[in-house]
Amino acid sequence: MKKEIRRDKSGRVIFDRWMKEEYTILFPMMAPIHFSLLQRVFDHYGFHTRLLTDTSPEIAQTGLKYIQNDMCYPAILSCGQMIHALQNGDYDLRKVALMITQTGGGCRASNYIMLLRKGLKRAGMGDIPVISLNLSGLEPNPGLHISLPMIRRCLAAVLYGDMLMCLKNQSEPYEVRKGEAEGKVRSWIDRLSAEMLHGEGYKMKYVKQNLSEIVKDFASIEQDGRRRVKVGIVGEIYVKYAALGNNNLELFLRSQDCEVNLPGMLNFFLFKVDNRIDDCKLYGGHHLKKFVCQKLFDYCSKIQDAFSEAIAQNSRFHVPTKYSHVKELVKGINGYGNKMGEGWLLTGEMLELAESGYENIVCTQPFGCLPNHISGKGMIRRVIEAFPKANIVAVDYDAGAPKVNQENRIKLMLSIARENLEKEASS
Amino acid sequence: MISVGIDIGSTTIKAVVLSEEGELLFQTYERHYSRIAEKLRDVLDKLKEGPLKGLSRVHMGFSGSAGMGIAEGCSFPFYQEVYATRECARRFYPQTDGIIELGGEDAKILFLTDGVEVRMNGTCAGGTGAFIDQMASLLNVRVEEMDGLAKKAERTYTIASRCGVFAKSDIQPLLNQGARKEDIAQSILYAVVNQTIAGLSQGRRIQGHVLYLGGPLTFLSQLRKAFDRTLGVEGILPENSLYFVALGTALLARKDEEVEVDSILEKIQSYRNNENFSYIAPLFRDEKEYEAFVQDHERDHVDILPLKGYRGPLYLGIDSGSTTLKAVLIDKDYNIRYSHYVPNQGDPIALLRDMLREIDELREKESVIAGATATGYGEELAKNAFSLDHGIVETMAHFEAAKHFLPDVEFVIDIGGQDIKCFRIHNGVIDDIFLNEACSSGCGSFLQTFATSLGYSIEEFARLAITAKRPVDLGSRCTVFMNSSVKQAQKDGASVNDIAAGLAISVVKNALYKVIRCSSKEDLGKKIVVQGGTFLNDAVLRAFEKELSVRVIRSNIAGLMGAYGAALDAMRLKKEKSSILDKESIVNFKRKVVSSICQGCNNKCRLTISLFDDKRTFIGGNRCEKPVTKKGNDTTLDLFEFKSRLLRSYDSALFPRSFPRGTIGLPMGLNFYELVPFWYRFFTELDFQVVLSSPSSAKLYRMGQMTIPSDTVCYPAKLLHGHVLDLLERGVRTIFYPCMSYNVEEKGTDNHYNCPVVAYYSEVIKANVKALREDGVLYLNPYVNLAEKAHFPEKIYERLSPFFPDLSPLQVRHASDKAYQEYQRYESLLERKSEEILRRAREEGKTIIVLSGRPYHVDPLICHDIDKLILGFGCAIVTEDVVARLEKHPEPSHVLNQWTYHSRLYKAANYVARQKDMELVQLVSFGCGVDAVTSDEVRDILERHGKIYTQVKIDEITNLGAVRIRLRSLLEALRQKEEGR
Repeated sequence: MKKEIRRDKSGRVIFDRWMKEEYTILFPMMAPIHFSLLQRVFDHYGFHTRLLTDTSPEIAQTGLKYIQNDMCYPAILSCGQMIHALQNGDYDLRKVALMITQTGGGCRASNYIMLLRKGLKRAGMGDIPVISLNLSGLEPNPGLHISLPMIRRCLAAVLYGDMLMCLKNQSEPYEVRKGEAEGKVRSWIDRLSAEMLHGEGYKMKYVKQNLSEIVKDFASIEQDGRRRVKVGIVGEIYVKYAALGNNNLELFLRSQDCEVNLPGMLNFFLFKVDNRIDDCKLYGGHHLKKFVCQKLFDYCSKIQDAFSEAIAQNSRFHVPTKYSHVKELVKGINGYGNKMGEGWLLTGEMLELAESGYENIVCTQPFGCLPNHISGKGMIRRVIEAFPKANIVAVDYDAGAPKVNQENRIKLMLSIARENLEKEASS
Repeated sequence: MISVGIDIGSTTIKAVVLSEEGELLFQTYERHYSRIAEKLRDVLDKLKEGPLKGLSRVHMGFSGSAGMGIAEGCSFPFYQEVYATRECARRFYPQTDGIIELGGEDAKILFLTDGVEVRMNGTCAGGTGAFIDQMASLLNVRVEEMDGLAKKAERTYTIASRCGVFAKSDIQPLLNQGARKEDIAQSILYAVVNQTIAGLSQGRRIQGHVLYLGGPLTFLSQLRKAFDRTLGVEGILPENSLYFVALGTALLARKDEEVEVDSILEKIQSYRNNENFSYIAPLFRDEKEYEAFVQDHERDHVDILPLKGYRGPLYLGIDSGSTTLKAVLIDKDYNIRYSHYVPNQGDPIALLRDMLREIDELREKESVIAGATATGYGEELAKNAFSLDHGIVETMAHFEAAKHFLPDVEFVIDIGGQDIKCFRIHNGVIDDIFLNEACSSGCGSFLQTFATSLGYSIEEFARLAITAKRPVDLGSRCTVFMNSSVKQAQKDGASVNDIAAGLAISVVKNALYKVIRCSSKEDLGKKIVVQGGTFLNDAVLRAFEKELSVRVIRSNIAGLMGAYGAALDAMRLKKEKSSILDKESIVNFKRKVVSSICQGCNNKCRLTISLFDDKRTFIGGNRCEKPVTKKGNDTTLDLFEFKSRLLRSYDSALFPRSFPRGTIGLPMGLNFYELVPFWYRFFTELDFQVVLSSPSSAKLYRMGQMTIPSDTVCYPAKLLHGHVLDLLERGVRTIFYPCMSYNVEEKGTDNHYNCPVVAYYSEVIKANVKALREDGVLYLNPYVNLAEKAHFPEKIYERLSPFFPDLSPLQVRHASDKAYQEYQRYESLLERKSEEILRRAREEGKTIIVLSGRPYHVDPLICHDIDKLILGFGCAIVTEDVVARLEKHPEPSHVLNQWTYHSRLYKAANYVARQKDMELVQLVSFGCGVDAVTSDEVRDILERHGKIYTQVKIDEITNLGAVRIRLRSLLEALRQKEEGR
């Protein structure tokens, strides 16, 4: 095969078959547990991947320099992280590609990839291929074929990620021996990574077995039995999960002696698939699309059922709310057609958390996030009407928004949360 | 049991000591000038010597945004300040329903009854105590004097209330036009009130017993009055309003364990910050490097000689800027013979008069003023008041001056008190202009305010920056963000030197990355002239050179370049004698200011009319020429006007008949704006009477203000709250406002989405406008997709029939067909009109401006009649939607072309790029996330074809000064290009 750089009609550099062998693919960090497992799925398919874990302050500066400044914070950070890595890492710039997800929805996030390319060009690295990871058929690349088995493996990685994150969050604040939960997460990541790398651990039978073992393992952690303030985190997906984006929010809340609940990633995936089905219902037509999405949706629901069953085996754990129930909760409050960004799911997660005892909520959003104006800040009033105990603080994240202000606002929310907890304890 | 509460805010430390019974034994209030640990030690020493004498253990708590760091570092008990406030109110004012507190930088609203809720301003809501301080210094009065002024106010001007910086740019032109200080003072207070309510009430009414807290509300009785009037309450200013947080903290501390007084002191004594703030390399390695730098820059200078003894022609240049008044008088050899640089103190005309008198005193009889040119915000006023010869747009003035120092200059950057103006020069013509949007004007005056608040003069501050070892990395965002970043740095233990240097660097980064958006030094070329008062600060100059690693030219008159350029222009007029008022007239010069409201049209512009002694008048504040020429605008070449009229004609009131199905209201905004023809026809066919919400007005906007949940969403969206409430107020019981993920299809694009806000704002209205849930009100907001033409009738029937069971599918199908036809008819009407405009404009040789944006930008309140302004420059106006249809083969776009409105922009840009007589001006709503993508792309398309890209940011703001500069600069550049050919 001729090793030359090809471009498509629009001038986009194509990620070719021959590149798969020789190129290292960099991708930005979001949720550490999930992403380190997902990385192994790609490695299994013969890609050479590198997950970027650097969190230096120059990342934001690099982003601001090369990405349009009014663009949202996740774009500045994730693109900044990649360009910064290219400029400072020891990569052979002729043998490196970038990968980024593209949702293809009406949110400007679907344009990150274009802005990244513009940024690369400005930085003099316009020949580096950027791979779009999406399920909408946008920007095909001969070097990356997303097959059904690959999707299944990815879903398994997400599911394991959700489980480890969920159990870690529920165990860590209460553990008697500090560091025990973290240790278990590490060893499970190692074990599951090995399975993923060998292309195993994704079939339903194995998944069930693994999940159940994970639950058992975490249930063995000795707990101190003291009650903690329970805080849920919702928001735009990047700042919700990425410590780089939310100034280490999870760590901060842990330092304030809270239990944190981050709703899992599978629901977001289900939401994105379900949107397509709802679109067909709302606007008509597209029967084939609807059929295919329904199949995928059913499969995801099935693995979510397995997840819930596994965690319900031990009564000490709170079972995360299933997608179907979240959707039920949001009915009449935010429409199912509201699908851009996190859409109605964001409102649903606030409702779900408030319903299941995590009524103290940090609603994170990049400054000026458009879908958040609607489904985050715009719906807080309705959430409080539905659950008067809900104690919600909306926090903006941005390159210039300082931590001290954010933490001050969160502390206010926590003061009220503690007061409520005391009241509850005394009554 | 004695308890102590210490509240460390952004500027002050407050401490109280409470007795067992809650009696206030001691209180102190001191400014800390960011030396927190030091000041805190003083305060504690004072306590130990006084009320705590002999006590070894007490209850003691800390609070306040700046106290968080030290409390954490020393592990002292810390209580969040809003929470402490609530505690205090509960104890001392138990009947309180709500609290409004304005602090140095924070604004808070607390609801205590019916469900406790607490609100603090988010990251983008500057205007609070610091804002009032800034405004006071703008008016050249002390904050306390503002109160006295406001008492004597006669009228209130509308001042944008989104953010401090915005309000500032509303006030500046008022000052420059000569509005009364009393009225402005009052208007500022009302702006604060509106901002607090719009930003923080978020759908909840503030009523009942209200407490006012914090510095501004304590010191300004008129501010309290303004709140009272706006909210319809009678709030009280409690005793010790400044100590509320400290009192609450003392109360909360009682619930926790006692602490050892000495150990607290010891901990503070030994308190060292972690000093883990991120920092950048120092500006200068050592004193030697600095000296070499100073010497190097001394080369670029103009001689300044005495006016006395010179006998030759003089040329006067006046730059009446937003905060400062600058003037120079040059001789025939370009030397400066006289110069003047003063803050305009809100009355530039009086200052100018004094200055002209002084010049007349100083100059020799034989030397006459041969030419006089004005520039800057106050150009028109100055020119008219003293009958100067010429006025030029300020970008041109700066360019003239820059050329004097570097004839083949490629890039000019001017950072003044309020504005940043940058432009690129290509083939001797300005071809790209960058102005800061109202939001990021954190420039010269920002540094000034900061220096003052930390207790330094600006010169000392610059000096500190030069010696900084570890400049703080403050990012490159707007003023408000920088304020808080500085707070963070202080918390982390940065020294004042490091902060001063960090601020200088961030001013530079702001200009480079936010305003110019450059990514490498090559973007600016090699021949750069920097100017503006801010660059006289060596730290800023150095930061600039370091950031770009290039030597730039800064002259010794960097702060006077605009005036110098104007003087050069005056010289070029080649007159024997200037038309400027003679000595006698200047001595007797008088000016009277009258304000009035123009009745020429619906805009009701507030006019400031200046009457000069010899009966000459000058009118300011007008958006169009009507009050001046007494003639209406010729709007026949304005497609904006045509479109707005056409859309408003879809109203059943204009075509009365019987409507058996009753009335349905359509809010005229966002996705509805352009689709009104469609929905009007659809519902009319189904025998509904269609009522459109009233035309947008400031009153309509304020009506919905309290129901806005997100204060950073774009203005067109916020305005929609008012439109819905207007319909309700007019008795409409059924409102139709659908959600639309998708808009109509544009050919050849990737998709046809709406932006998330346009798509789903209907949901926000539903969730936050409570009146919609009242009995008898039907709010219909179904999800619809007009692009699915085949399925639309069936789907809309499904959505509507539950509410109107007598509708039949057939009727709906018929109505749908008619609706689609109507939309087409509307499009062709526009097309025909636009053809006519294009033909006529071309016949008359007029420049055609494609005024582009979103359909709802046509709303006169949203676009602030920018179309009229453009017409006034002798141009014709068409819109992006019709021009897009002319473009048959657009180039492939470099972004995901997936939004309907935006694809029209790209197509229009493609078309304009190839037309000699067409220029594109893009309107961008402040806060529009999607335009972060489109504006870069549109710029790229135009620049690839050598066209100038002009962007105008619009918001609630009514200041058209910046827009005028931009448009005049564009037209001037076009004229020069034409001449060059």
